[in-house]
Amino acid sequence: MMKDSYWKILTRPLIDENPLTLQILGICSALAVTTSLDTALLMSLVVVCVLALGNGSVSLIRRQLPHSVRIIVQITIIASLVIVVDQILQAYAFEMSKRLSVFVGLVITNCIVLGRAQSYAMHNGFFASVLDGIGNGLGYSLILIIVGAIREFFGKGSLLNVQILVPVSEGGAFEPLHLMLLPPSAFFIIGGLIWFIRRKRPQQVEQPEFSLRAREQGSK
Amino acid sequence: MSETANPDSTARALGVTLAVAFVCALLVSVVAVSLRPVQQANIKAERINQLVREALSGIEPALKTENLEAHVVELASGKFDDSIDPADFDAEAAANNPQTSVEIPRELDLARLKRRALHAQVYLLRESDGAIHTIILSVSGRGYQSILRAWLLLEGNASTVRALKIYQQGETPGVGSRVEDPDWQAQWRGRPIYDDEGVVRIGVDTGRGEDSDMYAKYQVDGISGATRTARGVDGMVRFWLGEFGFGPFLQRIRETNP
Repeated sequence: MMKDSYWKILTRPLIDENPLTLQILGICSALAVTTSLDTALLMSLVVVCVLALGNGSVSLIRRQLPHSVRIIVQITIIASLVIVVDQILQAYAFEMSKRLSVFVGLVITNCIVLGRAQSYAMHNGFFASVLDGIGNGLGYSLILIIVGAIREFFGKGSLLNVQILVPVSEGGAFEPLHLMLLPPSAFFIIGGLIWFIRRKRPQQVEQPEFSLRAREQGSK
Repeated sequence: MSETANPDSTARALGVTLAVAFVCALLVSVVAVSLRPVQQANIKAERINQLVREALSGIEPALKTENLEAHVVELASGKFDDSIDPADFDAEAAANNPQTSVEIPRELDLARLKRRALHAQVYLLRESDGAIHTIILSVSGRGYQSILRAWLLLEGNASTVRALKIYQQGETPGVGSRVEDPDWQAQWRGRPIYDDEGVVRIGVDTGRGEDSDMYAKYQVDGISGATRTARGVDGMVRFWLGEFGFGPFLQRIRETNP
């Protein structure tokens, strides 16, 4: 593995190697928790913590870790961290943890967490791994926050539960876009973001793995 | 991954797995056990919140339950008894247990309950500046053929009714059961409880009083054909607002919350 500066490890996953928009990982939770900005923020925090701690722990034991059981050991560590975070949320952020419901628990199955443990922390030192975890967590957070802000703003006319646009039902001129509160809208927004980023950074565009065979000579 | 000599032997795999499992189990257990009291407190608060939201639904839906306080009150003195957890207090069980209840003197037993618990739950909704906005009391009494149970909401001054919501009754369907009718219950809103001398005057006008005009502002209309149910509601409200009910407690609120 090539050596990168710590700053690069931290910032590269924000846009250039964003886990959501480049690697298309962790989409499921991104759909579920982005109906409002506050849940997106809390979920981001959870994922950053779990990624940093998970990457750090896996990196610490990477030399002792037998190849045959590496995945199960990584999952055990990640699952324990997620349970710990979930317990803390239930104790100190009860309302929010109810709104996030199962999605905190499902961070265990978030592909980003296992993906970074497997592909980065297994080969790199402790400090670099922690930074990589934070960086990827922030990359995920960035997209979550953008999507959460767009969905809450157009779906409810508010940001962080502060009403900005007055909806028609309360005498204002704003017609809430209910589609924004439904999962498909997150797909559209994430799709739009991916398009936008790849437009600005064409090197992210994947080469087609195979080309469609042109229809031969029409139907003569 | 080939950094150690023989990382893939079965013994090693077992050893590492067990060690990781042990550390993780330890971490999870310690966190779960040490945070349990806080979580339990959250769940209890949530249960009370749920209860109060139910009490408010349909009558005061706009009321926010954020500044909600639950207390157990010792009825005789009207003081909070904080040794009893409001979330664990079961008023009905307490009323049926001779050790935790008291016989109601016959002449005071307007609700015809015979016994009442020594304690009762009260919920206070506070404004953001700490002043009491609503007092929520749980009351019960005997109607014509069933026990009536209701939420009685008072304004922060403890002398005006905000709402009465009867949520459980088994009165004659279509007649006595009309006490659950929102239109009828809406009549309670804003009624003063006491006259100038501090006597409980609020109630249901069931055609008993000769001077009913004088008490018109304290009394809601009765229900035709359901005189005994209406008297049951009347007795229930008057008993619980009276000296053997929440009277001493409300007195204290008035003194401390001018």
